[in-house]
Amino acid sequence: MQLSPDKYLKRTTEAAPLAVFRLFFGLMMFASIVRFWLNGWIEKLYIAPKFFFSYYGFEWVKPLGDFTYLLFILCGIAALMVAAGYKYRLAIILFFFSFTYIELMDKTTYLNHYYFISILSLLMIFLPANVYFSIDAWRNPARAFQKIPQWCIDAIKLLLGIVYFYAGLAKINSDWLFEAMPLKIWLPSKYDLPLLGDLMQQEWVHYAFSWSGMLYDLFIPFLLLWKRTRFVAFLMVIVFHVLTRVLFPIGMFPFIMIVSALIFFSPKIHHGILNFISGWFSISKQKFDNLRTYQFFGIKKKISVGILSVFFVIQLLFPWRYLLYPGELFWTEEGFRFSWRVMLMEKAGYAQFKVVNAETGNRFYVNNSDFLTPFQEKQMSFQPDFIIQYAHFLADHFEKDGHENIEIYVENYVALNGRKSTPYIDPEVNLLNFADSFKHKTFILPFEDEIKGL
Amino acid sequence: MIKISKLLLIATLLFAACSTEDDGDNGGGTNGGDNFDRGEMLANWADNIIVPSFVSFQVETQNLEDLARAFAENPGDTELNALSSQYTAAYQEFQTVEMFQIGKAEELNYRRFLNTYPTKTEEIESQIASGSYNLELPSNFAQQGFPALDYLLYGYGSTEETLEVFTANPEYINYIVAVAERINNLTSEVTASWQGDYRDTFVNNTSSSSTGSVDRFTNDYVMYFEKILRSGKIGYPAGAFTGSPSPENVEALYAGEISKDLYLQALDSFEDFFYGVKINGGENGASYFQYLKYLENETDEESITASIAGQFSAIRAQSSELDNNLKSQVQTDNSKMLAAFDELQKEVILLKVDMMQALSISVDYVDSDGD
Repeated sequence: MQLSPDKYLKRTTEAAPLAVFRLFFGLMMFASIVRFWLNGWIEKLYIAPKFFFSYYGFEWVKPLGDFTYLLFILCGIAALMVAAGYKYRLAIILFFFSFTYIELMDKTTYLNHYYFISILSLLMIFLPANVYFSIDAWRNPARAFQKIPQWCIDAIKLLLGIVYFYAGLAKINSDWLFEAMPLKIWLPSKYDLPLLGDLMQQEWVHYAFSWSGMLYDLFIPFLLLWKRTRFVAFLMVIVFHVLTRVLFPIGMFPFIMIVSALIFFSPKIHHGILNFISGWFSISKQKFDNLRTYQFFGIKKKISVGILSVFFVIQLLFPWRYLLYPGELFWTEEGFRFSWRVMLMEKAGYAQFKVVNAETGNRFYVNNSDFLTPFQEKQMSFQPDFIIQYAHFLADHFEKDGHENIEIYVENYVALNGRKSTPYIDPEVNLLNFADSFKHKTFILPFEDEIKGL
Repeated sequence: MIKISKLLLIATLLFAACSTEDDGDNGGGTNGGDNFDRGEMLANWADNIIVPSFVSFQVETQNLEDLARAFAENPGDTELNALSSQYTAAYQEFQTVEMFQIGKAEELNYRRFLNTYPTKTEEIESQIASGSYNLELPSNFAQQGFPALDYLLYGYGSTEETLEVFTANPEYINYIVAVAERINNLTSEVTASWQGDYRDTFVNNTSSSSTGSVDRFTNDYVMYFEKILRSGKIGYPAGAFTGSPSPENVEALYAGEISKDLYLQALDSFEDFFYGVKINGGENGASYFQYLKYLENETDEESITASIAGQFSAIRAQSSELDNNLKSQVQTDNSKMLAAFDELQKEVILLKVDMMQALSISVDYVDSDGD
């Protein structure tokens, strides 16, 4: 086996795994959108609030009032089209943009899972997921292929591998491994689980979960890759994700990960799955088995491979950007998002904003619930980029109300992973002197403890 | 192997489709071993604190209604004084139940009907003048309850002056009776619900989800301290949220002298609840204090319970500097009111951040997904 890039790019494999992946991905995305709607979250998260927290550089992305529903409908339809492989390229582009737009509307709702979906759908724009077992291939035999380049499937494996492995790396820290935090806080409160409730009270269980979670995340990509451990690894994937689903409110994500992990299995199994589906829906699967191989040619190949190479280099480097900032990452959260740092922190805060007239010294406190939903207030109270954005919003608001010479201060306490709450933002600092940026936020007070590790 | 994985796949999809959302199950939490028993805590709250508090408050509201009727029958100064002093007693006792805005009380909007202040005096006057009003309307929150009685009994000056106003138009006395009756009716409805089915509903819902009794009650309890006790009784009169002191926002504005007592009673009841102090005596039962102790690291020197206890003392120590009449305090030296606010604020942080984190109770009801 030579690791020559050219040879590797020419290697081909069955398209079935990618088709199965596309099908389940589309269906689960559709289910997620429907679930989101039925839970009333569109209204609660994107229509009811008066103010939205934007990502730096994406201040122009805002909810669209009642048209926000239309955006979700669009996203749901696109997901179904992806599942069916109908006008796939258009559908996946539509899905990527609508889904990403939704996620950018308010960073209050940021979840690593959503980010994963966004970049996965971006990746899928460049993959020929519709050449097999799709409406596109059915309607146009000239565009139907049984085989595709191997790298198209490896790209998804690589992305999944990065997600797991980086999540594992992030768990190598003293809070997680030596304090069993935050599991020590979270697990005992699940006292009412059948069978597990009493176990969740035991300290050794908290440590066992912490360590096995770290080891699982680090090694599962490799166990899935290696043929001899693959089946056991998949059982572990199921157990792990079902357990997290039972213990924590993490919605659809565990199922998405379980189904995604199928991509590691051999084409034989995917043909089995497709045969099974074909049987149920009386689809003639043979029609797709034409032995033809899909190839990327010329400029298209260069662009696809080029873009995906850049994509993965960014994916590999981006989580390390926190090293460029001083201070404890968990405390400042500078470089925390988009880095697969999941379940690492139990963090809560309280932020009392003070509006001061610089001339007269007249001052008053802000009632946060006048402007923010409880969820927004909760998220804002321990994340500095939220705090700075909110401070500017308050200044604008009270200026319109006729207040003059406004300065905004905040008395802010934050508790992290079971430590006592301590002052977070310098209360002597007028927040209006700062604008949000990627630079280190000097108004964050230092963390009084130390968390060792990555 | 293909078959097994197919089976697993289907099982997974089925599980995905059928799994219930985060509304939790209401199964009884049978905790064995050394686990903290939330069911026992809920039972202590209900049986030894909440129900007895409502029962004794209802004695007061019944008295209040009776004395209002007695006054209506015979509007003399003895009857008026008896009614006024009963108003004070009942208002004081109300502070022991004001924090229990859950179940029937929540459904009825109990707190807002009984204690929305400042009361709308002009609308009270016009309702009395017209003689037609419906106190059951939400638009009438601020025209009834204790603040309305406060205005009617103390807003016209001396006993003689008050009687003069009342005898000029008998509609005044009818209004007082209507307000007293409504306070009593709402209270008996809430009390009856606690004495009836709701007690078991509350105690048996030991679920750990955000709809479980402990989660919901704790959210209410902490919210009460922040919004009603800190902001309502101290913050708004002190102008903490506007920059200009507004003495007209003091609780029991017209009776005046009792306003600090009401505040202290609310504080005492809140603190007693934290420790699980039983209304009818005996050893303290299970409550937040015991729960935090159970979760706390024994070696922790600066424990959460110690901080919370220390802050309760600081609040009480500061309150000794306050005038009995909080309105006068705002007018003469508002900085002491703001100092009281700051002390209460520190407790809010300990309760809302440290305590709720330790108990793993999320601050909001938004049941959105987490990472």
